[in-house]
Amino acid sequence: MDFTDDQIHRYSRHIILPEVGGKGQERLLSSRVVIVGAGGLGCPVGYYLTAAGVGTIVMIDNDNVELSNLQRQIAHNTERVGMPKAESAKKTFQALNPDVKVIALNEKITKDNIIGLIEDCDVVVDGSDNFPTRYLVNDACVLVGKPLVSGAILRFEGQVTTIIPRQGHCYRCLFEEMPPAGLVPSCQEAGVLGALPGIIGGLQAMEVLKLIIGKGDVLQNRMLIYDALKVSFRKVKVPKNPKCPVCGENPTITELQDYEADYCRMNF
Amino acid sequence: MEQIKPDKKVDIRGLVCPYTFVRSKLAIESLELGQVLEILLDYKDATENIPKSMQDHGQKVLKVEKINDREWIIVVRKEKE
Repeated sequence: MDFTDDQIHRYSRHIILPEVGGKGQERLLSSRVVIVGAGGLGCPVGYYLTAAGVGTIVMIDNDNVELSNLQRQIAHNTERVGMPKAESAKKTFQALNPDVKVIALNEKITKDNIIGLIEDCDVVVDGSDNFPTRYLVNDACVLVGKPLVSGAILRFEGQVTTIIPRQGHCYRCLFEEMPPAGLVPSCQEAGVLGALPGIIGGLQAMEVLKLIIGKGDVLQNRMLIYDALKVSFRKVKVPKNPKCPVCGENPTITELQDYEADYCRMNF
Repeated sequence: MEQIKPDKKVDIRGLVCPYTFVRSKLAIESLELGQVLEILLDYKDATENIPKSMQDHGQKVLKVEKINDREWIIVVRKEKE
């Protein structure tokens, strides 16, 4: 591939890096990443991946921008309140880098559409804010064999982990079942300090870039936990569970389930 | 002195740092190990920066030569992918 003059300027700080170079930049430009959620995490992840020249970014989110999102969801703005979040993010990213094809899907991710969405991508990013989606994305990535960079935030704490199906752990190796509905509060209930998703989303974007260029270590069999109040990063081991219901030796989950219904039943 | 025949030549006259090195690096990436690149340039600072960066990246700088009042050539052999 020949770079244009503009591309040589735009990506010069990548090309200079021995670990990236022209070849790494070509890989980035020809890669495809699916980001689940255009919220606190999806915004910075998408922003940095767009800046880095990831060729195709698919963003899926069925929410509209609200005023209360703008304290942390940096791809949106005041004028876009009421606009679908995926559409708003697309406008921001396209203004940043015309090399990137941004596909905005204003729909809910479900067991019926997720496989088609991820099967031809290189990496999946989970920036969702609820457990049914988190487990759906995990199980789909394990079943299809796609790397997944998962992030989560609440109050002053965040966590990141990278799932390479079959090679390393998955989300269910760590937390086999979803917690009962209502047990873990949401950001809506518990709050989140505005810069936190920037830090966790930045770490997720970095994991994605390393996966695509094939350099460095990723958080396989590890979870990185950030505590903003204590200013501490802890990297904890997450062993692959041979009895994991989805990625273990004798899996009981061999197809996608109705995660929402399962979750709601837990209320009873 | 032994005459080195380059496998590829790149003309980066008119460019300044860091694009002098960016262009040179892209050119060397396109070579096979052991092949030789000749860089023609007119930005004096780059006559020091390019050889230093090339060496940092594991390449072998064979020659830096002033060919007239304003122009230089740098010859580099690719020794690392």
